[in-house]
Amino acid sequence: MQIFQFSQPLNFMRIKWLAVGLSGLLVVLSLVSVAIKGINWGLDFTGGTVVELGFTQAADLSAVRQTLSKAGFDDAVVQLFGTSRDVLIRIPLRADIDQTKVGEVVLTAISAQHAEPVTMRRAEFVGPSVGEELKQDGGMAMLVSLLGILAYVAMRFEWRLSVGAVVALGHDVILTVGLFSVLQIEFDLTVLAAILALIGYSINDTIVVFDRIRENFRKLRDTSTTEIINVAITSTLNRTVITSLTTILVLVVLFYMGGALIHGFATALLFGVIVGTYSSIYIASAIAAILGISRDDMLPATVIEDVKSDGAVL
Amino acid sequence: MLNKNPVWRYVVVLGVLLLAFLYALPNLYPEDPALNISASRGGVISTETTTSLSEQFTKENIDVKALALNEGRLLVRFNSTDDQLKARELASQFLGDNYITALDLAPTTPAWLTAIGASPMTLGLDLRGGVHFLLAVDMKAAIDKNLTDLAQTLRSELRENAIRYRSVQLDLAGAQIGINLRSNDDLAAAQAILKKYDRNLLISAKSDAQVLQVSLSELQLKQIREYALEQNITIIRNRVNEIGVAEPLVQRQGADRIVVQLPGVQDTAKAKEILGATASLEFRLVDEQGDIAAAQAGHVPANAELYVTRDGRPLLLEKRIMLSGEHITGANSSYDEYGRPQVNIKLDTKGGDMLFASSKNAVGRRMASVFIEYKPGTKVAENGTPILVKQQEVINDATIQMRLGRDFVISGLSSPGEAQNLATLLRAGALIAPVQIIEERTIGPSLGMENITLGVSAIIWGMAAVLVFMLVYYKAFGMVANIALVANLVLIVGVMSMIPGATLTLPGMAGIVLTVGMAVDANVLIFERIREELADGRSAQQAIHFGYDRAFATITDSNITTLLVALILFAVGTGPVKGFAVTLAIGIITSIFTAVVGSRLLVNLIWGGRRLQSLPV
Repeated sequence: MQIFQFSQPLNFMRIKWLAVGLSGLLVVLSLVSVAIKGINWGLDFTGGTVVELGFTQAADLSAVRQTLSKAGFDDAVVQLFGTSRDVLIRIPLRADIDQTKVGEVVLTAISAQHAEPVTMRRAEFVGPSVGEELKQDGGMAMLVSLLGILAYVAMRFEWRLSVGAVVALGHDVILTVGLFSVLQIEFDLTVLAAILALIGYSINDTIVVFDRIRENFRKLRDTSTTEIINVAITSTLNRTVITSLTTILVLVVLFYMGGALIHGFATALLFGVIVGTYSSIYIASAIAAILGISRDDMLPATVIEDVKSDGAVL
Repeated sequence: MLNKNPVWRYVVVLGVLLLAFLYALPNLYPEDPALNISASRGGVISTETTTSLSEQFTKENIDVKALALNEGRLLVRFNSTDDQLKARELASQFLGDNYITALDLAPTTPAWLTAIGASPMTLGLDLRGGVHFLLAVDMKAAIDKNLTDLAQTLRSELRENAIRYRSVQLDLAGAQIGINLRSNDDLAAAQAILKKYDRNLLISAKSDAQVLQVSLSELQLKQIREYALEQNITIIRNRVNEIGVAEPLVQRQGADRIVVQLPGVQDTAKAKEILGATASLEFRLVDEQGDIAAAQAGHVPANAELYVTRDGRPLLLEKRIMLSGEHITGANSSYDEYGRPQVNIKLDTKGGDMLFASSKNAVGRRMASVFIEYKPGTKVAENGTPILVKQQEVINDATIQMRLGRDFVISGLSSPGEAQNLATLLRAGALIAPVQIIEERTIGPSLGMENITLGVSAIIWGMAAVLVFMLVYYKAFGMVANIALVANLVLIVGVMSMIPGATLTLPGMAGIVLTVGMAVDANVLIFERIREELADGRSAQQAIHFGYDRAFATITDSNITTLLVALILFAVGTGPVKGFAVTLAIGIITSIFTAVVGSRLLVNLIWGGRRLQSLPV
């Protein structure tokens, strides 16, 4: 069984400008969304308190809101979490109360209003300084990852490919963050982890194509650069699609079975894997082609060997 | 050509897999809900207590699965969480305040596995329930305290060397000390003396105003910070042990943070009280000449300060600190030869020398122990964290009978309880910098169990989906990839169980699911390559050989970059994200092993040894 069978390599590079243009547009739209709508930062980044309560019956959210407002938490955000008996309460940081006690106060107030026992499933408090640092550390991690990859690919392959790979990765990250901004999905620590994992996944795809490009430059002597890239992408297309499929398969399972805590993580990766697959086919190679990669850049230097053999005559 | 492998390769791979399987095994044995009972303040549980407690359980119809007394700690296993919770209530009522009962999950690893050092994976708090605290050490307080001490030392240095000074001014906001001298000669002499006293100090002279500015160097500041952090960690470890948690974790994080994880603890209020109330201690001489009534009216003598004792008595103490609490290395309550309660105090060498010097002319005078607590008050700083309020209290004052040294005794205490209390306070007071809770996460036990179920089912179903897909798409070769994939999962779990620092978290489980999806990539690469080689007209054996060889470089390159990302994630991430990075990194390495080495052996074993016209790929 085989998904694709081609007698001729597909001409992927014919639409490289279209792909780059489309991606450029999406990147700009993502950035605009981040600038205008912003990112719905989760507790890990904003600081504040989150309390998850378990009710024995379906919870009455408006009653919970009223109770909280009476207890002095007018700014509390109350929502269902996963099931109808699971309620998530968010309370932003405030200057006038002892933040570390908010969880207990909320539980006491709500328990008093309900005959059935209310269980505290989780309570999290994050101080303001922690979130700021996390944003910095997260940004730093992404930057260091990209630079590390830039250096590694430049060393193992060639700088044009390296730039192509990193541009494609940046594209994947920006688009995923953009999705979270447009849909206003909460961006928490697990989403950050997912985006970093995405960088790892997407570079995988890209390297496989690059590897084939390098091989084809050595093997196919009388072929144009565009043709070589097309052949490389076509011959790895089956692998690219199958791996993406198995990964998407497990991510769908994770999304539906992993519970509400892991939704953001699964969403980021699902979207990211699709975008990443596209970008490693089109963006990474297209950028390298536009930058003018050629056979001479990829062939091993043979001159040094000649000098050596000359020297050996003596 | 044929593709055959030497036998030793099979032996090595099988050996590795078997080893991983053995170490992964303990995870299959479910954990028992248990109670971990210990006596507070270093006490021991007797066999009598154990027997009467188990009688109580029988009376209340609580099924006890097993009961083991080990090194003064009692581990009681139950069949259900319900029993465990009932038993806890009963036990804490029956045993009273002097015992600590902690909820625990006790592994049921069989003895033969324990014998080879196998144990289940460490579960993160999000999977087992408990409290996580992130504490920040108040470094400003530590530095302020050091500067204050330094100012005091500088005064006595100058005095001892007969250099007269106008004033020694402490500027905490500017983190420096200004010394006003009378002449430029004094200035030069003072500068020389201070350089000799500690050449790490930063000293700048303003000769036109006869002022010396003294501040701490970067090196000294770094040492102070390190010391404050280390000291806090040590003390918090001791305190956490007093809470009686089964497997507490107290760990440094970054330059000024401490992570405290208390699995099984649900009552955060008590834990916070114990962690949050940081304290320090000072010994000062009582100013017996001073007029207390006048002091209370606001006329405190220049060299004294007004304090209040525990029972509300006002007391004038000298400003000079004889000794501060960080030099205390131990404090225990005991009895003297007449059976009266007392507290034995041990000091470090420097503390001993200091007290020996400062008590030289003080025999017969009274010395007070001042306990200083930093508690989060009602006021809150701009950044939302509560401002720490300094509360001072004289916990004891006693007459100095003889010159004091490294070991001394506080006697004349009214009760053994008071002695014990004082000893505890003295120990706690050895802190020099207070801590603040800047992050707190409590995960209920039911949520933890739920997360495990969710994670495990996601792994199983994700795996099943991939297995079916591979079988359908690659037929017999797909089966090989599937065996490699299952072996990979066993390896991940085995390695995670072997590494003591690896903790399984919910994101970590997500990482395993992701690895399952990505791990087949290596086999997909290889199989696609084999298909291409076959299409290029190579023989079946050549196709296998070149397929594996040529795919290998690609697999290494692509995985090294992913590994790079995992390492960066590990370095930057905290808690659950770190757990994710660990599983991701382990998964990458094991998947290369199983997909490249393992599956090749299997393919060669099945198809490598004979001439074939086609391959079932």
